[in-house]
Amino acid sequence: MLELKNIKFKIKDGDKTRQILDDVSFKFKSGELVVLTGPNGSGKSTLAEIIMGLKTPDEGQIILDGEDITKKSITERAKLGISYAFQQPVCFKGITVNDLLEDPEVLKTVGLEKSEYLDREVNKTLSGGELKRIEIASVLARDSKVMIFDEPEAGIDIWSLDNLIQVFKKLHTENKDKIIIIISHQKPIMDIADRMVILEKGKL
Amino acid sequence: MMDLDQIEKDLLKQVANIDGIPEGAYNFRVNGKSIGKNSTANIDVKPKTEKSGLDIEIKPGTKNEAVHIPVILSKSGHKEAVYNDFHIGDNSEVTIVAGCGIYNCGAKSSIHDGIHVFHIGKNCKVKYIEKHYGTGPSAGKILNPTTELYLDENSYVELELEQIAGVDSTNRLTKAELKKNAKINIVEKLLTHGRQVAKSNIEVDLNGENSTADIVSRSVARDISKQDFKLHITGKTVCRGHSECDAIITDDAKVMATPSLDAQSLDAELIHEAAIGKIAGTEINKLMTLGLTKKEAEAKIINGFLK
Repeated sequence: MLELKNIKFKIKDGDKTRQILDDVSFKFKSGELVVLTGPNGSGKSTLAEIIMGLKTPDEGQIILDGEDITKKSITERAKLGISYAFQQPVCFKGITVNDLLEDPEVLKTVGLEKSEYLDREVNKTLSGGELKRIEIASVLARDSKVMIFDEPEAGIDIWSLDNLIQVFKKLHTENKDKIIIIISHQKPIMDIADRMVILEKGKL
Repeated sequence: MMDLDQIEKDLLKQVANIDGIPEGAYNFRVNGKSIGKNSTANIDVKPKTEKSGLDIEIKPGTKNEAVHIPVILSKSGHKEAVYNDFHIGDNSEVTIVAGCGIYNCGAKSSIHDGIHVFHIGKNCKVKYIEKHYGTGPSAGKILNPTTELYLDENSYVELELEQIAGVDSTNRLTKAELKKNAKINIVEKLLTHGRQVAKSNIEVDLNGENSTADIVSRSVARDISKQDFKLHITGKTVCRGHSECDAIITDDAKVMATPSLDAQSLDAELIHEAAIGKIAGTEINKLMTLGLTKKEAEAKIINGFLK
């Protein structure tokens, strides 16, 4: 189980401070698929980044299977079994698709041919859709306890939303112990959720 | 195998990727002396008489042959300038592997100035690989390569120039002149660390119609090392030139890149791209989300960048 306890996070916005997450508490149970939705700027990605350790909350705790991981680094959380597919896939110079994937076979799952992509550099020579699918694959390949996908459908191009939904459905049915968190605005994705969470103005 | 100690064998492996005597033509130069030389039916490797170095004659039509001319300096304080001239006959397809490894454990500097001049005939395909590497506890490992290339019509040359690590000072000059339909691809990769300094000057003249140059420089400067790049392409007729200078800096390192393009014809298409910066935080973060530590992530990015 992944538990968020009273998470608060604010940013400086000029002279003012803006509360992005305001006392967020939630329990994600093992085996469930939760869709996190809400208006733009409501703090969804921030919450995902706080779970992954990319951002540090001002207050609150993150508990994974009974262990307080609030102060753990990104690396430590990754090793404990948290994965995060970035909303904006990261481009590199010199890093190949193979370097990002623990298991290259997952390329097939996201509709990409292994022989064609494995040695490609993860940079702008790939289309936005290809980069996005590789980003998703990098999380699928890790077989983690907690998998977070930040707007996975954005820019998926010709590889359709239907295929993506099938991937999540399969992942969910075949892994009864994993927590899958998907940030999305898409109704077809919401339809496969066990639970939906709406984040608005930093509150659930 | 020629009489080499373990350090020399390791250097040879680093700079020429060979464990023993390679196939084809070769000359192994260790501390200023040739310790093994071979010519083939098509490739004649001759020592120069008037100065230090080799004349390498490659017969027209030579296909799929290689020449290895590695240089090893393991004696501290050894200084040399070596002049190697390559005459590559028309319609040849050859690979030339050079490179120099220095081990220095003494108080004096060890210096190798390698001056390579390539006269490349018509319709040739040439691959030239040059790796530089320094090791040993002392500083003063200095390598100054000059590479001049003259490409005749329809010839294609691929240059892989690499300074792996451990070279305290380098002053590199790479010059090429291209005739009609000739094409050159230059990839230079440099890594400096500690107090090392590196200068690299690449000049390409696109003299012939439809000649093409693609120059890629990728470098990493760490610690307090300094690098200075000058890339210059001149287009004198209808031609295409592209250069890209990309550097990663870490710690207190400094990199200066000065690109210049000289279009002397309305039909010359010349492009330059340059980027210098630290490793992007998002790149490190992404690799950390895959379980790497920050240090491991940086190392992976740098290795990938120079791969």
